[in-house]
Amino acid sequence: MTALPRLTARVSTALALCLAFLFAFGASQAQTVTAQPPATFTLPNGLAVVIIPDHRTPVVTQMIWYKVGSADETPGKSGLAHFLEHLMFKGTAKHPAGEFSQTVLRVGGEENAFTYFDYTGYYQRVPRDQLATMMAFEADRMTGLVLKDENVLPERDVVLEEYNMRVANNPDARLTEQIMAALYLNHPYGRPVIGWRHEIEKLTRKDALAFYKRFYAPNNATLVIAGDVDAQKIRPEIEKTFGQVPPQPAIPPVRIRPQEPLPVASRTVTLADPRVEQPMLRRYYLVPAATTAATGESPALDVLARLMGEGSNAYLYRALVVDKPLAVNTNASYQGTMVDPTQFTIAVAPKPGVSFAAVEQAIDGVIAHLAANPVPAEDLERVKTQLIAQAVYAQDSQTTLARWYGAGMTVGLSVDEIRTWPDRIRAVTAAQVREAAQRWLVKTRSVTGYLIKDTTPAHEEKRS
Amino acid sequence: MRRTRIGAARRLLAAICFAVTSLMTVPAFATTKIQHLVTPGGIEAWFVQDATVPLVAMEYAFAGGAAQDPADKPGVGYMVASLLDEGAADLDSKTFRERLDRHAIELSFSIERDRFRGSLRMLKEHSGEAFDLLHLALTSPRFDADDVERIRSQIISELRRNSTNPNALAGRNFLKLAFDDHPYGRPSHGTLESIPPITTDDLRIYVRHVLARDGLKIAVVGDIEPAALAKLLDQTFGGLPAKGDLTPVADVVATKPPQRTFVPLDVPQTVVMFGGPGVKRHDPDFMAAYIDNHILGGGSLSSRLYREVREKRGLAYSVSQSLLWMDHSALFAGTTGTRADRAGESIDAINNVIQRFAEDGPTQKELDEAKSYLKGSQMLELDTSSKLATGLLQYQTDNLPIDYIEKRNSIVEAVTLDQAKAVAKRLWGHGLLTVVVGRAQAATQPAAAQPGATARPGAAQPAPHPAAH
Repeated sequence: MTALPRLTARVSTALALCLAFLFAFGASQAQTVTAQPPATFTLPNGLAVVIIPDHRTPVVTQMIWYKVGSADETPGKSGLAHFLEHLMFKGTAKHPAGEFSQTVLRVGGEENAFTYFDYTGYYQRVPRDQLATMMAFEADRMTGLVLKDENVLPERDVVLEEYNMRVANNPDARLTEQIMAALYLNHPYGRPVIGWRHEIEKLTRKDALAFYKRFYAPNNATLVIAGDVDAQKIRPEIEKTFGQVPPQPAIPPVRIRPQEPLPVASRTVTLADPRVEQPMLRRYYLVPAATTAATGESPALDVLARLMGEGSNAYLYRALVVDKPLAVNTNASYQGTMVDPTQFTIAVAPKPGVSFAAVEQAIDGVIAHLAANPVPAEDLERVKTQLIAQAVYAQDSQTTLARWYGAGMTVGLSVDEIRTWPDRIRAVTAAQVREAAQRWLVKTRSVTGYLIKDTTPAHEEKRS
Repeated sequence: MRRTRIGAARRLLAAICFAVTSLMTVPAFATTKIQHLVTPGGIEAWFVQDATVPLVAMEYAFAGGAAQDPADKPGVGYMVASLLDEGAADLDSKTFRERLDRHAIELSFSIERDRFRGSLRMLKEHSGEAFDLLHLALTSPRFDADDVERIRSQIISELRRNSTNPNALAGRNFLKLAFDDHPYGRPSHGTLESIPPITTDDLRIYVRHVLARDGLKIAVVGDIEPAALAKLLDQTFGGLPAKGDLTPVADVVATKPPQRTFVPLDVPQTVVMFGGPGVKRHDPDFMAAYIDNHILGGGSLSSRLYREVREKRGLAYSVSQSLLWMDHSALFAGTTGTRADRAGESIDAINNVIQRFAEDGPTQKELDEAKSYLKGSQMLELDTSSKLATGLLQYQTDNLPIDYIEKRNSIVEAVTLDQAKAVAKRLWGHGLLTVVVGRAQAATQPAAAQPGATARPGAAQPAPHPAAH
């Protein structure tokens, strides 16, 4: 319950903020509870399509997910995926800047975009009779982008202000950047999604266009349509718009990135800032993603995270906040919807005067207990019930469902795997949870970050 | 409440704690089906029965809110909201939370200026248990000493964090500048001075004064029969006192602009909040002002402020403005974040855009497009059970009729260009109340600045920071 702003600094838009929290529940959020599975098909040019009907309101959500995120950037060009996301609103040869956005507005619609490690997405929510128009615009934007320095350069300043807002102004976000950089010795997840400031400052129009041409193509995207539509009826419209965009055969079907060596040393990082009024301890473990885990392992990590860190009956909260007066708040989470090995995170806000050593001893005690003993049946049942209920609650929102399917498919899960996630949660055993704790919550796999108040006297800084 | 206490970043998206919800519009599926339910026990609710998803969502509010905090103890209501789910009757905190968790029931409370809010969501098969636990929470809260101290330490931790958070500081100082000693000027989450001495008696007195049937509004959406719902509502709310005991809150007009407060804080990005007196919900100019605000600074990606400050000049990632209406006052308020060395330029740009808008008002084309947007967005705003319940509650707390949804588009349509221009002058023609939080630089401190305000630690509502791409 003490949701911590995990990775929020990396996340580029408000929607992605929401995503980060949704995915706290773990891999491939899904539900088998809907009457029918979503319709899926792949166009000849490689575009994967998912259609999720929801007929309560005459509204439809179009979301296109590109299989490209910050982890696909060339070293030295960090922030490029996100910068391009911003530039995608600058118009095409066919539709000058602003026309798409104004069309969305004129019909009362809503639009935005988001960038993350493994994907970049764009969406519009509009009255259903506008869907064909939205498809035409979005398909046009897949290859028709026109960029000029006069709108690229001010937009780079906008991105730098976004960086200031999310990261520079927020010491906790800066700590998280340092933890991630230390956790990933070799994999590009160590770079912030928004980019390193000194590299964002140097991104150019040419960089953005080259990146766009390299990655934006139907065979590198998933189109999710959720809402008041009939899958049969809209297929011709999809073919007429997206179906006309040529594929890019040069894009490899699977993303292969430098992988992490076996972690051998526990690491610590400390970030000191004069504005820190509440110290924080964050520990990140390198753990498998839903796509890289052995069978049953990822759902076990979902259960383990919730057991340890969600709500006031969570083990960390009971041990550190209720039973002993060590902390103000605690959290644990696992984010399984990733292409490559991901993070299991723990965060604790210590009480004034309590040392990090005392907090860590208590955390280690909780983990040791979980690794040595099977979880009591009633605790396991409670947590599984809550996780499975998320699938029902998700059905209430067409955009939430669109995000589950979009993110899951973009990292390589199948529609069926996404749909049957509750079944896999249901199947998690106490032994699997214990094994997950034993195997993955090992100190040498982790980085511990300390956020502390910088009490050194203020020095004269040169600021340009 | 606990779930947001560490998550400060997320609350950037939260609004300033007044009713900043946009004009509530209801999807077509609801328009023909909103029932005005009156239970045998006399509890009233607006209800939409919908079985598409097997869940029930309820939003409800008691008149009262943070404005009912004792003048010397801001934060009492917030503390009550944070503690009502920590055990009730013979269920201690652990047992109470376990019963919620075991059934995946989502139960929470929050505080607004004028209202004490509650929210309940459950799978339909657990409705009996969910309403039962809510009934206990509302009628027999325990306020055990351990729980009170635990929650108090969480609130203090939040207040300490916010004491160096530029958005929180901007929001808190803006309300102080706008309302001074009026209850609306007090920090609704309390201060580092006010939270420590709050006693269990303070909490109980607040509960007795505010949690009563006469100020209660309820909205329910979901998969439940009306008769079954009526029974649950009677069981849940029927036992509350018939009448609350609210301290009258005076009507107030926000401070006359222009005024400026500067709050020094060593951050790379300066946060600016700006605003002035607004229009109340039942003011004849309300809809014209609402449309004007949309054109000038509404959350869209093409408002005048967005185009001038962000797109043309690259000065900010987000810049937007909302109308805020309360029971006893009204504001317009906007916010932006901009790099320290260009803060002065940003403030000038905002002032210029607003001044020009006040002088000339919107163009016919802008007015037409804004109307088109507002009419079309009607279906989009409330497309989930929870959003719909929130919307139906907002209509009730705004004292709008149950058929308002059907009338709304004609009210939008009726706004004329002359009216929109007159309202632009009325609202935006007097300069701005401005709060600047950031580094002390010449550019951010023009001659009119008041350097008096200090960054005293204390709570504030985070400034609205709407999403943008």
